[in-house]
Amino acid sequence: MSGVINFTFDGRALTAKPGQTLAAALLGNGIKLVGRSFKYHRPRGILSAGVEEPNALVTVGEGGRMEPNTRATDLFVYEGLVAISQNRWPSLRFDAGAVLQLVARALPAGFYYKTFFGPPRLWLFYEKFIRRAAGLGPAPTEVDPDRYATRAAFCDVLVVGSGPAGLIAARDAVRAGKKVMLVEQDAVIAPSLLCDPQTIEGKPGHTWADEIAAEVRSSGGRVLTRTSASGLWDDNFICLSEKLVEPGQVPEHGLTQRYWHVRAAEVVLATGAIERPLTFANNDLPGVMLSQAVRTYTNRFGVVPGKRVVIAATNDDAYRTAAALRQAGAEVVVLDSRTAPAGQDSGFEVHNRAAPLMANGGKQGVTGLIALIDGAERTFACDLIAMAGGFTPVVHLHMQAGGKLDWDAAAQAFVPGAAPHNVRTVGLAAQPQPAETLGASGNPKAAFVDFQNDVTVADLDLAWREGYRSAEHLKRYTTLGMATDQGKTSNMTALDRIARREGIAVPEAGLTTFRPPYTPVSMGALAGASMGEHALPMRRPALHAVHAARDPIWFDAGYWKRVRTYPQGSETLAQSGLREARAVRTSAGLCDVSTLAKFAVQGPDAVQFLERVCATTVGKLAVGRGRYTFMLREDGLVFDDGTVWRLEANRYLLTSSTGGASRMATWLSYVRSHLCADLKVSVVCVQEHYAAIAVAGPKSPGIMAALTGAEAPRHMSVVHTEIAGLPVLLLAASFSGERAFEVHFDASHAEAGWQAIETEVQAVGGAPYGIEAMELLRIEKGHLVVGPDIDGRLTAQELGMGKMLNTAGGYIGEACLQRPDLADPMRKQLVGVEAIDGGAIPEGAMLVREMATPAEGHVTGSGLRVIEGGSIALAHLRGGQGRHGEVLYAHSPTRKVTAKVRVRSPHFYDPAGERYRD
Amino acid sequence: MGKYSALSLLRGAFNGQSHWQPAWRDPEPKASYDVVIIGGGGHGLATAYYLAKVHGITNVAVLEKGYIGGGNTGRNTTIVRSNYRQEPLSRFYEFSLKLWEGLSDDLNFNVMFSPRGALTLGHSDADMIRLAEKGDAMACQGIDAELLSRDQVMKLEPCLDFSRSARFPIEGAMIQRRGGTARHDAVAWGYARGADSRGVDIIQKCEVTGMVMDAGRVTGVETSRGRIMAGKVAICVAGHSGHVAAMAGLKLPIESQTLQAMVTEGVKPMVNTVVMSQSLHCYISQSDKGGIVFGGDPDNWPSYAQRGHAVTMELAVQQGLALIPALSRLRMLRCWAGVTDMSFDGSPVIGLTPRDGLYIDGGWCYGGFKATPGSGWLFADTLAHGRPHPIVAPFALDRFARGAPVDENGTGPFPNHR
Amino acid sequence: MKQIACPHCGNRAQAEFIYERTADSVVPLDAEPAVAVAALFTRANLRGMEEELWRHTHGCGMWLLIRRDRVSHDIEWIRPIGPEALP
Repeated sequence: MSGVINFTFDGRALTAKPGQTLAAALLGNGIKLVGRSFKYHRPRGILSAGVEEPNALVTVGEGGRMEPNTRATDLFVYEGLVAISQNRWPSLRFDAGAVLQLVARALPAGFYYKTFFGPPRLWLFYEKFIRRAAGLGPAPTEVDPDRYATRAAFCDVLVVGSGPAGLIAARDAVRAGKKVMLVEQDAVIAPSLLCDPQTIEGKPGHTWADEIAAEVRSSGGRVLTRTSASGLWDDNFICLSEKLVEPGQVPEHGLTQRYWHVRAAEVVLATGAIERPLTFANNDLPGVMLSQAVRTYTNRFGVVPGKRVVIAATNDDAYRTAAALRQAGAEVVVLDSRTAPAGQDSGFEVHNRAAPLMANGGKQGVTGLIALIDGAERTFACDLIAMAGGFTPVVHLHMQAGGKLDWDAAAQAFVPGAAPHNVRTVGLAAQPQPAETLGASGNPKAAFVDFQNDVTVADLDLAWREGYRSAEHLKRYTTLGMATDQGKTSNMTALDRIARREGIAVPEAGLTTFRPPYTPVSMGALAGASMGEHALPMRRPALHAVHAARDPIWFDAGYWKRVRTYPQGSETLAQSGLREARAVRTSAGLCDVSTLAKFAVQGPDAVQFLERVCATTVGKLAVGRGRYTFMLREDGLVFDDGTVWRLEANRYLLTSSTGGASRMATWLSYVRSHLCADLKVSVVCVQEHYAAIAVAGPKSPGIMAALTGAEAPRHMSVVHTEIAGLPVLLLAASFSGERAFEVHFDASHAEAGWQAIETEVQAVGGAPYGIEAMELLRIEKGHLVVGPDIDGRLTAQELGMGKMLNTAGGYIGEACLQRPDLADPMRKQLVGVEAIDGGAIPEGAMLVREMATPAEGHVTGSGLRVIEGGSIALAHLRGGQGRHGEVLYAHSPTRKVTAKVRVRSPHFYDPAGERYRD
Repeated sequence: MGKYSALSLLRGAFNGQSHWQPAWRDPEPKASYDVVIIGGGGHGLATAYYLAKVHGITNVAVLEKGYIGGGNTGRNTTIVRSNYRQEPLSRFYEFSLKLWEGLSDDLNFNVMFSPRGALTLGHSDADMIRLAEKGDAMACQGIDAELLSRDQVMKLEPCLDFSRSARFPIEGAMIQRRGGTARHDAVAWGYARGADSRGVDIIQKCEVTGMVMDAGRVTGVETSRGRIMAGKVAICVAGHSGHVAAMAGLKLPIESQTLQAMVTEGVKPMVNTVVMSQSLHCYISQSDKGGIVFGGDPDNWPSYAQRGHAVTMELAVQQGLALIPALSRLRMLRCWAGVTDMSFDGSPVIGLTPRDGLYIDGGWCYGGFKATPGSGWLFADTLAHGRPHPIVAPFALDRFARGAPVDENGTGPFPNHR
Repeated sequence: MKQIACPHCGNRAQAEFIYERTADSVVPLDAEPAVAVAALFTRANLRGMEEELWRHTHGCGMWLLIRRDRVSHDIEWIRPIGPEALP
């Protein structure tokens, strides 16, 4: 790779080399101060070279692509990258928030639990300032212009991490004939070989790695870079998030990330280990870095982060950093905590039994390190301090799989123990390099453990002193490990501190849980394609195009798109609804009722099945006849209603509510399979097989006769006939209170059927109607709907349908209906109410005796007398069936509307059913 | 116990904050107590606090198998509200909300109760009517409820998707302005500190393994730290109620399910209220640290595993993004799960049991956190007097057999049918 | 997310299946009120193995009886039930 890449940081135009991370590029430009900390606004630089970075967070991208809190160490610079530092005002160098450092002594861990008392409104006031000061990056306001894909995959072996151990595992699997997926969060395969170049099997490390990656690919496996295995769930279900472009970058084809659902027979975790910082005063200054990070910048990115470097070390790995720095021309001093000479190349100045005490310096970086060597203080001038505090294996996915941890005393680290689900860990994650731990030294108030959340050793000690001693309490009280890095560099240091305070071994100090995701995952990636209008499915009935052509007012009924009214000219919703309802009362109307649930129930035992499911009698139904029915839950309460039709001797059609369709389908299947397995009956959901058109109104029998060439069937009868040459099932049923029919076409004939019927309806001066008119008509008639009226809380008796219960019993729900409190006469019961002061009755209003008395019921559906006018409604009222004639108020405080109403029967229109007779 | 105040913090600035004492003791269990409370979550600790404070019953132990507040108390989405439709529920939660309003002062521990408003969005006229019905029911009991127009919602919560092409267009909302959020851990710690200072023994790492029974009466518990006798035993272990009740030979109207929540990385203020929806099961708020906190549906099958289902979590994110599209570029930082007691009408179970001397507080479904002060107060009253307090009487264990469920959703006895 | 071995379709993601109820909460049609109330409104809710009814709703529709551990989610066995499962 050659050339330069242009980018900006806080508006400053800078250049990077190809392949550099933003952190590398900033260091290459001599920039050490990158961000400000969360609580005290302390100046911070770059700590690490990987996903564990707590300090160097920036906002990248513009407009809807803006991504706050992006780790500069996990972002590869692209042409035009715009990066902005965070949590500072007015600028990174002069941050007004830094004044908090002056009062930090009065703001220890959990200080907010101990002050800001007073009424909640007062806290709300303080909180406003705290919230503004908290947060990290800016809140996004624009809609993301890019898309996210979701993809499913299966493999035999998923290898997470492409270091040497992962590559060997992948190669072994490929050669055993397995289908392999190899994922790497970095942009290159085997990034560790760029940090520590070496010869493997006689080849340069990178040649060796590329050959294995090629072998995986050619065997039909996949190699994914910039891909993080974020979570491991039951049965090796692994979620991967793959960056197709860098954060904030404009994708070529609109796709920014791909989220993978992978099912793997075996998972190999080659996730490596994260280096631990050391805890000494001012260990958070810009210019204090992890030792391996220093080596990575030097060897991989060609940026030497310091000229005079002090490495504070507890292990041998530090000497590799020292060697790399020396080769790059830097001066190096190693302060090794151990007594024994390390036995390494002694070409550097090495001090044993040495511990760092305090870094000197400021926001422009460190200038020196005060160390304690054999009990004596000594100052080393330097411009970079590297910390080699040992290694913490990345065990997150192992833990998510339900794995146990073992304590590796030589490495002073938790390593993966027993794991279920065919998950194993290899490489440095399983066998980290040996290291000592070094307790905190120097001023505990300035020795940082969690850098991003500004948790110091003093904070941990305070929490311990106050009794917050379990690992979870300590974490929650101090906020340790709760920043965007989730404690990747801080959890072990904190555990070590608790163990030292308690005088116990680290494993006894406990461990907090590793929750998914391993690194934060874009919300957009989690949502995938299910965004915006695709957030949930939209169901359109077969006649949708016919309705859409009229530009109606729509109504969302669950997932269904239905028509509310078909306004003409400048009609309002209410005007068009009333006009449509009046057409039905005076001539005729047609309405799409296709969404009703419909079930074909057939077989010699069909009637026995129906008499279980329906609480009304079905057995007496003659062929060609139908009736209203309702269904009880097993607890005895009514949950749905519909109609049942005997089409042939052993063949029935059962309809039920639109909203309850899928519930009813599952219920019928349950009853059939578990309660009536011995019956010879088949139950098939035919909801979408038929498109149903209701034709209602006094002129509907004539319309049916004209369409079918035969006399219309009488009320509650059913015939098979033809309309416009199309076979139909014609049911004479009414929801509106007028003579009415439901014409069931095969769904593929729906449009032709509608045209034929509409022509006839319009010929008599009628019109199509929607749900609004249907509501007005059915409320006036006193017909119930599932939801507001049949609300799953009332018995059939309470809904005024007790007389319809099958007196022979045997229906589901009968047993639980015997429970004593269901017979309480002061439970709610269905009533009608009509306005007696000329006002409109607000739907949903409470029924009260006086304004200040408790609610005794509520209005379930409110409408009008369609022809005469006047507000009427259905309601649930305590003991309502015995209270006809009583005057109450329908009171809606939220809408500031009240209507005086009289309780009465819910049947406002044609209670005797005379209009059903021809 | 040192009093918490700004002044004492300031004093600490000059002594290195070295004057603070443990917030609660770490006592050895005694052989017997007047009341043994199983479960050191918010409910158990609050019950102990009010037993001591209101009823003067201080010979009380709270037994916690792990560390206090480590179960659902520390795993919820911290929402506090009393906007229920069914009167027994709104009455109960309003009682609780009133206690929340004075809780920080009462406990001398800032629980950060932040009444920034509980906003329930309506996406259609039908939604708005159901919201009005709920609001009217609340208002008739003197509980604050207000309907907001689309424009008012736009001013209050501009981050929502107000485009007409939205899958869930916003028609308006109901707001309970006194609703909001609180700091969950602080509730457990504040009650623990308050109870401890009144003499209650809070015993952590003490797992109850059995009940001591005498002629059908519960007289104590077996624990991992020995037998502890008790005048009364109270179960406050929502999520695990079935498991503990089984030790007394009881089967409950409860099934345990996993409920997940998640939080994004922190950003500057973006979501001002607690946003809920009448049509979607999704609730969103922003924590004081800036993370956007999300909750959704439970995994709809029984589980005692504190880990959820990846797809359920993704569904909650999809619904959240449908409401707030600008969340797309934020990153999910962490998701976690709790085990919830899903009761058979969606309402809690509080009160007496068929075993003398044994009381239960459980069945909290999604609603346990906001109930904490109310349930603690009323359960303590119930324990002290040996009869249900009238406000919790509708939530008696025997209501299912009697036929008196308190069914907020009208969906019947199966939690997974909700 | 678990995989459930549907006897008809093979290993499928748990998201395709719907949990209905425990096997012991099936209320027989002729149950006496006391039996029905007990079956419907109380659960052992064991922290361990239970037998449960599931359905491959977003697949073949078959009902399954599954013995499953509620802590580990491990499945001990799966049996098809109902008329569709008859030989």
